[in-house]
Amino acid sequence: MKKLWKGNEAIAEAAVAAGCRYFFGYPITPQNEIPEYLSWRLFEVGGAFIQAESELSAINMVYGAASAGARAMTSSSSPGISLKQEGISYIAAAELPCVIVNMMRSGPGLGGIQASQGDYFQATKGGGHGDYHCIVYAPSTVQEFVDIIYNAFDVADEYRNPVMIIGDGMLGQMMEPAEIPPMKDTSKMFEKYHKDEWATCGHSDGKPRIINSLRIEPDENEEFTLRLYKKYEEIAKKETKVEEYRMDDAEIVFVAYGSVARICKAAIVELREQGIKAGLIRPITLYPYPTATIEKAAKSDKVKKFVTVEMSMGQMVEDVRLAVNGKKPVEFYGRCGGNVMMPADLVKYIKEGK
Amino acid sequence: MKKIIISGFGGQGVLSLGKFISYSAIEQNLNTSWLPSYGPEMRGGTANCSVIYSDEEIAAPVIDRPDILIVFNEPSLDKFEASVKEGGIIISNSDIVHKKPTRKDVTHYEIPVDTLASAINKRGANVYMLGVLLPVFGDITEESAVQAVEHVFEAKPKVIPSNIECLKAGIAYMKNLMK
Repeated sequence: MKKLWKGNEAIAEAAVAAGCRYFFGYPITPQNEIPEYLSWRLFEVGGAFIQAESELSAINMVYGAASAGARAMTSSSSPGISLKQEGISYIAAAELPCVIVNMMRSGPGLGGIQASQGDYFQATKGGGHGDYHCIVYAPSTVQEFVDIIYNAFDVADEYRNPVMIIGDGMLGQMMEPAEIPPMKDTSKMFEKYHKDEWATCGHSDGKPRIINSLRIEPDENEEFTLRLYKKYEEIAKKETKVEEYRMDDAEIVFVAYGSVARICKAAIVELREQGIKAGLIRPITLYPYPTATIEKAAKSDKVKKFVTVEMSMGQMVEDVRLAVNGKKPVEFYGRCGGNVMMPADLVKYIKEGK
Repeated sequence: MKKIIISGFGGQGVLSLGKFISYSAIEQNLNTSWLPSYGPEMRGGTANCSVIYSDEEIAAPVIDRPDILIVFNEPSLDKFEASVKEGGIIISNSDIVHKKPTRKDVTHYEIPVDTLASAINKRGANVYMLGVLLPVFGDITEESAVQAVEHVFEAKPKVIPSNIECLKAGIAYMKNLMK
């Protein structure tokens, strides 16, 4: 049954339903309701919640729990996610599954606490050091956040790769009707890890298991990295997700993700009432990026131009330009600092060019 | 689809009033979104929330042109008056807001909710305002609002009866005013 949920609390409950039993975090606005909720909820389901002494500790606790085959998660907001990057790189290099939620606030620096999308580069292009990627989702409603996190742990397990889900203060703080799916059976999960012969969950079968990110021989490290990238290719084939909204006859194509995509949808309705055929391509996965969908639109005779809309100074727009590859003009409309564009701003931009 | 902005000082029940509306809407299987202001502006400053309910999917949870604006203090009127849709409605808590809107293309109601509610429940002004809003909305039933109040005060059942009384008094007051 649908209930009215605050974004952050729905995320927390959906993680529990997905089988997450371990949460390690450090407080920061605007995601505090996630740890607050899990601080009592995880104990009800036999899990553990730890408020670490810092973000560095929190992410390394996730590293530890994931090494032992536990469903572990952390959440934070922009400055806190920056602090976690070293650990995320290690987790990716150790090929461990975990889920990281970033409820973005405005940067740079300590910045502000209002909604932003300024962490796109950080989330999709690595963030930490070295050649690696997280699988990155950008839901746009509370229900979609719930559905994505419910599956995120399975995706992380399947590819033994960290999954990052990025939202913003708006999605975390708002309330919307959402339905939490049924609790997954966790009794078999540990067993599965054990069989998969990678989790350091005991020495019962006599074979040592090593979780490590140190590969000091260049050949060994290159071979590993190439294998990692093979994995990313497979992820791109199977996991890329995108929504196309009113694209059938669209001449102007907005490209936007997360809460901004919703603002674009409202603008599209208004523009169409005024006879302007606008549509939206909404990447649901930011890595892998739905390049093919944008390429297809760029080749369409109907499409006149692309307008990327972000709560940043223009980050995802670079991936849009790569996909469009000069076939059509790609414009950018952005707000930053924690300010949010209104549908009317986008309507005005399309009609007057500013 | 109705788009509502509620604004006032932190502590006047502004955010809760928005929640009451969203909870009422969900009782009727409508889509709804409740978006609060958050952060330092709430401490002693202004708090506001944007509430939308609709039988269609709600795209943007942000509101640039509210159908209805409810103000619990004068800075809120200054801040949001210009944004109200032509033909929209402004409702002010006239116990605190003495200023009148300058707009001529909106309907303005002055409701002394603090005074009216205090006869029943001193802390019931926002629920009284919920009652006032129902005849204005026209599509949210009293039953839904009662269920919303019961839901929000689930943990404090003692306060439910006096709040429902506030709700009913608000409905009656507004029905009379709109005659």
